Amino acid sequence: MYPAAFDYVAPASLDETLGILAERGDEAKVMAGGQSLIPLMKLRLAAPSVVVDLGRLDELQFMSADGGTLRIGARARHADIESSAELRRACALLHDAVRLISDPLVRNMGTAAGSICHADPQGDWGSVMLALGASFVLRSTAGERIVDSAAFFTGPFSTVMRADEVMTEIRIPAPPPGSGGSYHKLERKIGDFATVGVAVAIELRDGVIGRAGIGLTAVAPTNIRATAAERALTGQAPSDALIAEAAQLAAQAGEPRGDIRGSAEYKRDVVRVYVQRGLRAALRQAREVSA
Amino acid sequence: MKVTVTINGAERSAECEPRTLLVDFIRTRLGLTGTHIGCDTTSCGACTVLLDGRPVKSCTLLAPMADGHALTTVEGLAKGGALSPVQDGFHQEHGLQCGFCTPGMMLVATALLERNPDPSEDDIRWAISGNICRCTGYMNIVKAIQHAAAAQRATAVVPEPEQVAAGASA
Repeated sequence: MYPAAFDYVAPASLDETLGILAERGDEAKVMAGGQSLIPLMKLRLAAPSVVVDLGRLDELQFMSADGGTLRIGARARHADIESSAELRRACALLHDAVRLISDPLVRNMGTAAGSICHADPQGDWGSVMLALGASFVLRSTAGERIVDSAAFFTGPFSTVMRADEVMTEIRIPAPPPGSGGSYHKLERKIGDFATVGVAVAIELRDGVIGRAGIGLTAVAPTNIRATAAERALTGQAPSDALIAEAAQLAAQAGEPRGDIRGSAEYKRDVVRVYVQRGLRAALRQAREVSA
Repeated sequence: MKVTVTINGAERSAECEPRTLLVDFIRTRLGLTGTHIGCDTTSCGACTVLLDGRPVKSCTLLAPMADGHALTTVEGLAKGGALSPVQDGFHQEHGLQCGFCTPGMMLVATALLERNPDPSEDDIRWAISGNICRCTGYMNIVKAIQHAAAAQRATAVVPEPEQVAAGASA
């Protein structure tokens, strides 16, 4: 299978990239690792007339966990996140999720930022970022704007990004001591898209849940937050009854469709079970860290 | 456009369209047909090559993305006519049946042992989890990689006695 013909540019700087997009953004696709875009182009579901490869932008190849914000540059590959001891220490949820993304070879090329911009409702990173309350830095020749993950996704493969913008960075509020997180994903085999995925991030303060983030994969037209479940958890002391209630609310949050991977009812029930497992794992972690 | 790569240690250039997939560039422009095309959909890993030492699926890279980078294909594993430890492991442990997945499996194994000379069985199964053997010969593939790891460790350069005395713990 071959993509339709296109012009290829691999700019040497971010400024050059933004200049190209200002001129040709409407007909262009930005490519980081290409692990979502190239398959789409081979299927001719995408046929941009110019591909702007970020592969030479070393200035976007960074990850850091200094101070109150974790930063992941647009060139950071899944495998970089997977092998970063610093990010793992700062936010266990990132490490938990990255190991379940596609397979080790795809993780050697694909990037977190690229996956988020691709905005596949079956993608995993969006749910993780929603659970963590992350935001995304978007740059264009007009300047920079920072968009909250909760306001980023607008539909399947659709986001608020303009054609002249590049996502340069993911910013995640560093989880404070007493935090925990986990990602659970049901997939038929390694490398398959998620049947269902559940990201959970919680903060415990004096034995009470101070913040709860729950992101859901593959149960709606976009990655979504289970906001009713989050509200039910916030300010409460964890208990089996509370976990069961939150899981029940999260199961109702999506509108999953039955397909080859399972019926809608089945997917809702997997959400319920995975929210329970996720909350228990996250609480265990939060108590270990604060102990 | 012109794409230049260092492949198995030698610099090679060829003209291609930007949409040329890396696997086709390697097979048809550079004439190295040891890299296979299996599913062509990022699933099977038959097209695995090492890009700057990391295994990637060459059906899901454009040739220009490899411009200026180093590639290793199965043709680059044997040195001076001698099989590499991984190739020898596949030979000794019968790590192949039809052989179609073998180049990809051996490159993934080579990259694994480079990073982790003493992998557990779980580590090995993790490393090959993006590669499919349609003969389902996974048991022997795992054994072949274990064989290669043991052989490589046995021939690893042993530190000089004075370095050991000075406290080298590895």
